[in-house]
Amino acid sequence: MAAQIFSAIFVIIAGVGGCVAYFWGANRLVDIIFPSRGVAGAAAIDNLRRQGLIRPWLFVGPAMIILTIYLIYPVVETLRLSFLDRGGANFVGFANYEWAFGDREFRSSILNNIIWLAVVPAACTFLGLIIAVLTDKIWWGTIAKSLIFLPLAISFVGASVIWKFIYEYRGAGQTQIGLLNAIIQYFGGQPQVWISLPFWNNFFLMIILIWIQTGFAMVILSSALRGIPEETLEAAVIDGANPFQIFWKIMVPQIWGTIAVVWTTITILVLKVFDIVLTMTNGQWNSQVLANLMFDWMFRGGGDFGRGATIAIIIMLAVIPIMVWNIRQANKETGGH
Amino acid sequence: MAVSTGKSFASRFGVHIAVFIFVAIWTVPTLGILVSSLRDKDQIIASGWWNSFASSTQTEAGRLPPASAQVEKDGKFVLEGNIFGDDPARDISAFGVKSAAPTQYPAGTTADLGDGETLQINADGSFVMTSTKPFEGERGQRVYYASSAPPKFTTDNYDTVLFSEGIGRSFMNSLTVTIPATVIPILIAAFAAYALAWMRFPGRALLIAVIIGLLVVPLQMSLIPLLKLYNGVGSFFGVPSKTYLGIWLAHTGFGLPFAIYLLRSYIAGLPREIMESARIDGASDFEIFVKIVLPLSFPVLASFAIFQFLWVWNDLLVAMVFLGTEGDQIVLTAKLNALLGSRGGDWEILTTSAFITIVVPLIVFFSLQRYFVRGLLAGSVKGG
Repeated sequence: MAAQIFSAIFVIIAGVGGCVAYFWGANRLVDIIFPSRGVAGAAAIDNLRRQGLIRPWLFVGPAMIILTIYLIYPVVETLRLSFLDRGGANFVGFANYEWAFGDREFRSSILNNIIWLAVVPAACTFLGLIIAVLTDKIWWGTIAKSLIFLPLAISFVGASVIWKFIYEYRGAGQTQIGLLNAIIQYFGGQPQVWISLPFWNNFFLMIILIWIQTGFAMVILSSALRGIPEETLEAAVIDGANPFQIFWKIMVPQIWGTIAVVWTTITILVLKVFDIVLTMTNGQWNSQVLANLMFDWMFRGGGDFGRGATIAIIIMLAVIPIMVWNIRQANKETGGH
Repeated sequence: MAVSTGKSFASRFGVHIAVFIFVAIWTVPTLGILVSSLRDKDQIIASGWWNSFASSTQTEAGRLPPASAQVEKDGKFVLEGNIFGDDPARDISAFGVKSAAPTQYPAGTTADLGDGETLQINADGSFVMTSTKPFEGERGQRVYYASSAPPKFTTDNYDTVLFSEGIGRSFMNSLTVTIPATVIPILIAAFAAYALAWMRFPGRALLIAVIIGLLVVPLQMSLIPLLKLYNGVGSFFGVPSKTYLGIWLAHTGFGLPFAIYLLRSYIAGLPREIMESARIDGASDFEIFVKIVLPLSFPVLASFAIFQFLWVWNDLLVAMVFLGTEGDQIVLTAKLNALLGSRGGDWEILTTSAFITIVVPLIVFFSLQRYFVRGLLAGSVKGG
């Protein structure tokens, strides 16, 4: 273990030192090869121009290399693999896609993903908005927000354990140690094995993600609400609008842009949801989702890379519209810069 | 926002109540595992954690001593003793002699068992059984009793989990993964962000668009090709394919788009005059970056560092693909996932392990919340 700590410290020093040495060294090299000081005017201008051509690439170079290896190449390769067989040796055309849409587990995953997509972003945004509005009105709102925000720091696995403990089941009549069943039993209901209830178990898994992500929606929306000009609200009050009208007709329309951002951010997260399903049910009892199914196929029976890649591509397809929208927005923003 | 939407006392009171309920829903689950992790492991299964400050009650069965222990007193045959032997740490509230009615008689009362026999069990466990006829048989009377133990809090679970369940080792592994994976991307991203914000070169706009596109590419797209690549590199050079170096670089790669995006939008917002006056003074881009941009960017560097730290620490997927599952490599999240399978019902192990995995993020989060929120706002609102 001591060796491990030393190697970690060594890597930090070597990594940071290496980065510094590279950037400093490469920069120095450019200065030496194309000197701009101490040479004749025309040559100096020429060299300055050459420096200007090279230097940006020295700065973005390392990032580009890493991005290419870890993201750009894999995207192309995954697309290619999705047309190959399990070992990646033979071309199989659309066989993997045909398999996917004929596979019962895959179709159930798609369906579950759609339910997740319909429920989680909406619930997080809605709850986040309500909490943001309410906490703005009370003196201990900051503390309340902090506490609601807190689950965002917790890992999905940790949150799964937390909620598995809440959903814990003991036979009817026994002392329930799971909070949910204890409440149900206290009011005279029948305790349930929540995470294996067909169909509804999906919602019990979704609650975990909603619990984690509401804080995110709340913080972003709360800051957007602060940006609403006071005058619009005051004018509404003077005109006799009631709190609900103010909320729906004055506040919400002014923060549509932010709501859309929160919604899409959580949507992407939901598409990638993996840890919660793996730790809670591992896809049993019809709770499978695409990301977990993909992980499963990566290793199932030695791994079927063709099918795994196909599932990844399908997740990617769902993300592409958001990706295009993001790039357009960013282009609009930085257009003049 | 000083909107007086709810002036009346009732509606203001309603807001307090509503927020209180939300806060309760969002904190009680975490509180549950914290409290449980500190409870005695027998009590965790005997009563809900919300009752942990009350005594926990359980119904047990026992047997009185056999007939050979009887003494004769005043013409009656008597059996005396204490059910708990020498561990009288519990209180009996009721007792009985039939399994169908285990708490038929309150403690301290004398029960008439019929046939001239009486039985009295006191709260402290002492009992007196009398009979007009001699007791017979080698097995004593079966008794049932409801006993309650006072609340017991302990740090034993932490000892067990840290030192014999391997969580302590995993904690070190998580740190080993997280710290380099947080530090390495910062410098690389900062240089790239500066170039994309303040240097002019062909292809810059395209690069920015690519990075914004990569922001949302699901991790799942990278897993299989990288797994193949790592296996290939591993077998080509005859080295293991699952190494810390491999996961550091993977996390660096996955974190870079966000890092560059976040840093670029901040660095682009720095005042132009500062850069230009430095340039006129003859400073090179490198000097401007190191002496002006880096110090001014401290808040956003801190924001990104917190994000990356939390993301890497909490990650399960990347660790499961690129690291081994043996003791010297398994990280906390993967270990906790493994424990869920192997120690499914042992809540003292699970709650304690879960609390250990979340305690570091919670500390980071509470101490640096300001930077975290700033990063969140810069990272998402800007995009809209």
